[in-house]
Amino acid sequence: MTILYILLVFMIVAAIVAVEIRDLLSSVIAVGAVGLGLSVAFLFLKAPDVALTQLVVEIVSVIILIRATLRKDIGLKTTGARFLSGLTALVFVAAIVLLAVFVFQDLPTFGAASTREIVASDRYIAEGETETGATNLVASVILDYRAYDTLGEATVLFTAVVGVLAVVRRVGRKSEPDMQGQEE
Amino acid sequence: MSKEREQGMSVIVKTVTRLTVGMILLYGIYIVAHGHLSPGGGFAGGVIIALSFIHLTLAFGREVAFKALSESTSALLESVGALLFLCISLGGLLVGGVFFLNFFPKGQAFHLFSAGTIPLSNLAICLKVGAGLFTIFLAIVFLRIEPEGKS
Repeated sequence: MTILYILLVFMIVAAIVAVEIRDLLSSVIAVGAVGLGLSVAFLFLKAPDVALTQLVVEIVSVIILIRATLRKDIGLKTTGARFLSGLTALVFVAAIVLLAVFVFQDLPTFGAASTREIVASDRYIAEGETETGATNLVASVILDYRAYDTLGEATVLFTAVVGVLAVVRRVGRKSEPDMQGQEE
Repeated sequence: MSKEREQGMSVIVKTVTRLTVGMILLYGIYIVAHGHLSPGGGFAGGVIIALSFIHLTLAFGREVAFKALSESTSALLESVGALLFLCISLGGLLVGGVFFLNFFPKGQAFHLFSAGTIPLSNLAICLKVGAGLFTIFLAIVFLRIEPEGKS
């Protein structure tokens, strides 16, 4: 359990670095460190499926983000009302912490099995293998019992791809003379 | 700058890529095919397959990758994956009257061809995720961000 807290502190520090650092490329690398820490944390929590997915998705997103921030001239905006925005952020954080205290009282202690009876997950563990035939229970949940969620997730990804292609497509872009010279 | 980038990276990187890219692709296929037996599944395996193509693009430049899998082809594959997943769910509706019914025979546990429609769904999600991420990557590679101070 200690290693989880070490990982948690590491991830929080890396996240603060990612937000606060001036250089965009270093910020992307700090985001990658957060994802790597999360992947190791999943591994210690005995969730290899999620750890594998988290690891590979993090690698892809860091590559794409590095490609997107390769040009150094994407500036960071630091102007604006710092006091007001800081105050707004503080109010929101305080509200969320206050609500989280109420909500998290109902959760079981971290890492421990739930003491309450959760009907659905008990059914998955007891009957999952005979009902779906899949020995990987995670696959039997996401592709059989809760396949609706996977359909929704696939729709989200599809929409994301369509959105990216619509934003960065070449057709319909303004062709300025210096841009055409650059595309040679 | 962009001329040298289009040629790809150094000889060392290209040689190592030639050795590793096939193994990465094979590992992705393994993760997808055994998604119902061991940790992994369509999502992670699809991302690994996309990573092998991204690896190729980074090492050899965009021309080689474009020959291997062009942007329109990967966009097509993504749509095929989405439609295949939807067809599996609608097949359950047609056969048993329940959306997402696992209508194939379950088979024997721990065998590659078991668990009904779950391996098929894994394949569909692998196509969808892998092709989708590679399409995004290609779109961003082809995007030229115009420098602000140049004009």
